Amino acid sequence: MEWMGLNRPVGQCSSFFDFLQQAKPDLTPAVRWGAEWRPVPADEMQRNVLASLSHGTTVLAVKYDRGAMIVGDRRAVEGYQVAARRMEKVFTTDSHSAIAIAGAAGPCLEMARLFSIELEHYEKLDGVLLSCEGKANRLGHMVKANLPMVMQGLVVIPLFVGFDVKQRRGRIFKYDVTGGKYEETDYHAVGSGGKDARVTMKERFRKNLSERDVMALGLEALLSAAEEDVGTGGPDVFRGIYPTMKFVDARGVSDADDAEVARLCDQLARARSERDTR
Amino acid sequence: MTLPFYVSPEQLMQDKAEYAQKGIARGRSIIAMEYRDGALFVADNPSTSLFKISEIYDNIAFSGAGKYSEFESLRKAGIQHADLKGFMYSREDVTARALANGYSQTLGTIFSQELKPFEVEILLAQIGDGPEQTEFYRIAFDGTIVHEKRCIAIGGRSEDVASALRSAEGEGDAPDLNTALTRCMKALETATGQPVSLRALEVALLDRTRTGRKFRRVPPDEAESLLA
Repeated sequence: MEWMGLNRPVGQCSSFFDFLQQAKPDLTPAVRWGAEWRPVPADEMQRNVLASLSHGTTVLAVKYDRGAMIVGDRRAVEGYQVAARRMEKVFTTDSHSAIAIAGAAGPCLEMARLFSIELEHYEKLDGVLLSCEGKANRLGHMVKANLPMVMQGLVVIPLFVGFDVKQRRGRIFKYDVTGGKYEETDYHAVGSGGKDARVTMKERFRKNLSERDVMALGLEALLSAAEEDVGTGGPDVFRGIYPTMKFVDARGVSDADDAEVARLCDQLARARSERDTR
Repeated sequence: MTLPFYVSPEQLMQDKAEYAQKGIARGRSIIAMEYRDGALFVADNPSTSLFKISEIYDNIAFSGAGKYSEFESLRKAGIQHADLKGFMYSREDVTARALANGYSQTLGTIFSQELKPFEVEILLAQIGDGPEQTEFYRIAFDGTIVHEKRCIAIGGRSEDVASALRSAEGEGDAPDLNTALTRCMKALETATGQPVSLRALEVALLDRTRTGRKFRRVPPDEAESLLA
C-alpha cells in the first residue's frame, strides 16, 4: 500500500514541494542539479552570482488604492540575442496572489509552476487558503532550495504580490538568493532594468493611486528600464506586444485590459517624443 | 508448540467483507448525479467543517463514506497523485479513471493483505466539456470498481438511495440544478424514511461553466434559494 505514500506520518505539512522532494527528488531543481555540486572557487562563484543577478528582465510591483499591481516586460535574451519577444514573466498563482520572476528563464518558469501547484495543493489538502504571509514564506523556502543552482549561475529572483484578506490590503515581498524575504511598503522592481524602474517610481510614486494612474506609473517605469537596459523589452508597437499587467485586490487577480495598456503606451511614447522635439 | 487454528481463505475473506460492510452501513449516504452543467454531490453530513466531499483536481471531485480517518488518508493520497501527475505531464492528463484504478489497487491490496480491511467506499466524478464526458466511479472496500454515467450512491443504505434515484430519473437530457437537488433530497428521504433538511446536507458541484478549477461548494443559504 505504498500508493503515493498512503502511510505518511502524522504531522507532515501539506506541502507539494516537500512531497516532491521525498517522492520524486529528481523532479526538484535543487536536488537535480545540486546533487553533483562541486566546490567552486570563491571568485568564480561571485562572478556567477553577479553575472546572473543582472539577467535580462524588468518586473515591478506597485501598491495602489485597492491592492497591488504587478508588471513584467516580455523579452528574454540569450547573451546579446533576443531569445523570445512574447515571454510571460508574471503568473497568477492563486485567487489572491501573483508572482513575477527575474533570472534564468528555465528555472524561473519551473519555480512559478511549482509555486502555484504548491498553493493549490495546500488549499485542497487543508481545505483553506494559505495566509498571505504563509504564501510569501513558502516562496522564500523554494528560493532557498534553489541556492545550489545559484552557485552555478542559475539565479531565480521572484517578486511576490498578494492581497492579505485579513488585513484588507495588498502586500509586496522581495527576495534575495538565499531565500531572505523582505516586505516592501510601496513599490519594488527587480531584474537587470530594476534599478532604472525603481528610480522612476521613486520620483513618481504617490500613496493611494487610482487603477488608471498606477497603470501609467508602472508603464512609465518599465519604459525607462527598457530605454536603459538591453535585456528589457519595451512596448512593441509593430507586433502589438505589450507588457503583462495584473491587479491583485479584494476581488482577486485580474488582467489589465490589452487595449487600455496599448493606449497608455502610445500616450507615454507620444509624451516623450514631444518632449524631445520641443 | 501450538498450531494456529486453520481458517479457510473463503471464511477469512467473508469475515473481512462482513466487517467492512458493517462499518460502512453505519455511515450516512452520499449521492453524485449529473445535472445540466456538470455533476452534483449531495452528502448527508450535518458537520460544517469536516467535509465528505472534496476537490481532487481541476475537473475531478472525491467523496468518501465510512471511517473518516481512512477515507481522509485516501483523499490526500489522491490529491498527491493528481498534483504529481499534473506536474510531471500536463493538467489534462489527470483523469478520474487512473485515480479510480489507483484506489482500486490500494483498497484491493489492503483488503487481501492486511488484518483489518478499510471500512470505506469511495466516489469519484469527472466532468468534461460536454455532458457525454461525465464519468462516475464507485470503489468498494475490496477494490471493486463500478462505472456509471448518470448517478451513483455510496454509504449506508446506498442500494435504497440508488433505486429511489433511478425511479425518479427521467429519460433524455440531464436535469437542471434545482431538479437534480430536489431528486437527491427525495431519494435520501425515501431511503431514510425521515424528512431531510438542507441545513444537514453538504452540497458541492463540478460546474463546467466555471473557468479553471470547476469544483465549488454550495453553502446552505444558496441551496435554499435554489429550491425556493
